[in-house]
Amino acid sequence: MTNLKPVDVAIIGGGWTGLAMAKEIVSRTSVSVLALERGAPRGLADYAMDMDELDYNIRLRMMQNIAEETVTHRHSARASAVPVRQYGSFHPGTGVGGAGEHWTGMCFRFLPDVFTLRTHLTEKHGAARLPADLAVQDWGVTYDQLEPHYWYAEQMMGVSGKAGNLRGKLIDGGNIFESPRSHEYPTPPLKHSYASHLFEEATRQLGYHPYPTPAANLSQDFTNPDGVSRVGCAYCGYCSRFGCMIGAKSQPSNTLMPVLRKHKSFQLRTGNWVRRIVHENGRATGVQFTDANGEEFFQPAETVILASFTLNNNRLLHLSKIGTPYDPAVGKGTLGRNLTHQVEGGIRIFFDKPLNAFMGAGSLGRRISDFDGDNGLTGSDGLLRYGMLSLNAQGDFPIGAFGAIPPGTTKSNWGADWKAASLQWHDRVAQLNMYGEHMSYRQNYIDLDPTYTDKFGDPLLRFTLDWTDHEHKQRNFAYDLAAKIAPAMGAKIDSTRPSLAKYNVINYQSTHIQGGAVMGATPETSVVNPYLQHWDVPNLWVIGASSFPQTASGNPTLTVLATTYWAANALIGKYLKNPGRLV
Amino acid sequence: MKRREFLTIPVGALGGTLLYTLAREPFRLEAQNVTQDGNVKIPLRFFTTAEARVVAAACDRIFPSDASGPGAKEAAVVIYIDRQLAGPYGADKYRYTKGPFVESYPEHGYQGKENPRETYHQGIASLGNNFAELPVDEQIRKLQSIEKTHFFQLLRAHTIEGMFSDPMHGGNAGLIGWQLIGYPGPRMSYKDDVDQHFGKEWRPKPASLEQIMRRPGKPWEDEKA
Repeated sequence: MTNLKPVDVAIIGGGWTGLAMAKEIVSRTSVSVLALERGAPRGLADYAMDMDELDYNIRLRMMQNIAEETVTHRHSARASAVPVRQYGSFHPGTGVGGAGEHWTGMCFRFLPDVFTLRTHLTEKHGAARLPADLAVQDWGVTYDQLEPHYWYAEQMMGVSGKAGNLRGKLIDGGNIFESPRSHEYPTPPLKHSYASHLFEEATRQLGYHPYPTPAANLSQDFTNPDGVSRVGCAYCGYCSRFGCMIGAKSQPSNTLMPVLRKHKSFQLRTGNWVRRIVHENGRATGVQFTDANGEEFFQPAETVILASFTLNNNRLLHLSKIGTPYDPAVGKGTLGRNLTHQVEGGIRIFFDKPLNAFMGAGSLGRRISDFDGDNGLTGSDGLLRYGMLSLNAQGDFPIGAFGAIPPGTTKSNWGADWKAASLQWHDRVAQLNMYGEHMSYRQNYIDLDPTYTDKFGDPLLRFTLDWTDHEHKQRNFAYDLAAKIAPAMGAKIDSTRPSLAKYNVINYQSTHIQGGAVMGATPETSVVNPYLQHWDVPNLWVIGASSFPQTASGNPTLTVLATTYWAANALIGKYLKNPGRLV
Repeated sequence: MKRREFLTIPVGALGGTLLYTLAREPFRLEAQNVTQDGNVKIPLRFFTTAEARVVAAACDRIFPSDASGPGAKEAAVVIYIDRQLAGPYGADKYRYTKGPFVESYPEHGYQGKENPRETYHQGIASLGNNFAELPVDEQIRKLQSIEKTHFFQLLRAHTIEGMFSDPMHGGNAGLIGWQLIGYPGPRMSYKDDVDQHFGKEWRPKPASLEQIMRRPGKPWEDEKA
């Protein structure tokens, strides 16, 4: 093991959170920052030849190499887990920019009551009427505290959208159910596709309040407050699981790296795999990593910021033996509790006319939030929280879209009849997508697997996770809602209701795994304090969606960034001046 | 070193005029590989000639050439599968393959030890070396009897991939798959069209990634397995 020259701040991970935190520190202080990224360098030039459905959308060429590391899964603590051997329900990124390079670009603010969910639900329904296994909690930070940081993140990316609640004033055409905003979106909404147009007309006619999905795919050329200029979206459809070859989709490589490159106090080293956070007497002394040649190094640092994906944030804390692992049997310990995975799913609808659906953009679409949070829900049927329903026009690909036919059309899913039916229905199919809040439960958690290991021989992370009755109720609610909207769009809904089966690791759900190192007001219920500082090791900060005690209906990236900026303010404004526990 | 194997296909059966060789330089049908009787000899990377014939016949049944349009034969799907199996995908270079291997719920997906190459070898053997020579009805019955197997599920998925993936991967010869469904291929911009043509079929002429970018692609199957 080689000892390296100490740095002020070592950041683990070169994705959205690590680079956003680095940019704040080096542009506002004279502190030296080293970011360690285990993947490869990446940027615009690497994306020119990636408009290829097979390698990128199906074989998932941009994701972490699952042969080197994966997670295991079981449905309950009574079962033994097996590894996720090929990617399915989620897609962890790697390389500079991480999953922020191949994300879709949907940019939501969470509802205010998501941040105080335990208090909210208890006041509304009474503690006795909440499920006994419910583990939701207040975050220790409120929407009002995060609002300026949401706005800061939206400006950095140039988010495209239309405000529906500007400082309390409701505006038609925007999301009138959204959290109050201090500013209109930096850029106007993306254009319509035919299907999103039909969705907007239909939902308005039914009395709902459709609005454009807020998008990090720029609707027009934009220069952000850091002076970084990018071009508007070309609607090629190669967003989700691809890097944008014109830089219209906000990615860490095209928003943060141009600023970071100018700072001499910032260093980014790729191909360096951090394996342990080294600590003694309640203080992190640095990180231990292995480089691409297999050599081991110790990097001393005054402050360590753990800023990788939810999975690796949890795993590094476990492997480094920082914090007390959660034990669901007795409800003690905090590390690994409140594992959630935003409830997503698509419901097919069939048209008798072509949609030209090969055109689109990651976040092009319209949606309704009339039932977001607990809008319009009584809770009497046990449905405490729902979410959104949307029409996404992301750009259909030929392999993925082929063979979507109404169930029962043909006996077989291959051969002459199937081929003829698939050709007949091609480009006449859309999806209504549900986005449901996934509340946290005592039995859903993360720990280390006792059997399976990564390429170094370190234990893999183990998920214990299954759907509960509440998520089944959400799916049924979404289907009933879709069944009203489809005919108003001139479409027939798929007669198969969404599956209420066990959690599966095969079908893509979203890459929105959250929790495990959650934030909260007390060390008894959380791993990090409301500033994302570790309760036990105050010079260690753990940022990202691992800190979310439960998921909202919206995709997490914007809130990941807002909480990162919130933490950065505390770290720069208070901690670096006087290192110690902030709470 | 393995003896070089070829698959011989009648030129007339192929939808395209441009295929690619092992080294990825353009390979034209007019070249020396066209035999006197009008057949083209395509070098194989993974299959033996006999195996390729079995797989080609099975793909034909999954995505037949018939009144509704051309199929796996014209798109040269078997060449696509051959290259996928020869590359990192076939060797499971990007799958978690540490043991123990245990059977689990269907919700956990394929948990087997066999990589796609091994699965194909076993699957081809189960269809029999004379599969391509059997009457079509019998081929269909044989495939129906293995419908639930991992091999068949791979074969079905690969057939669709070979029909509709970018031609740099060896299938979709002459963009015949994209023409069949009206997919224009990757394009740099739909800015002026995305909010037009509502309710009307709009089908620009297809072009491949290499054609629009004017440089060679880097298909993953060319990476060392």
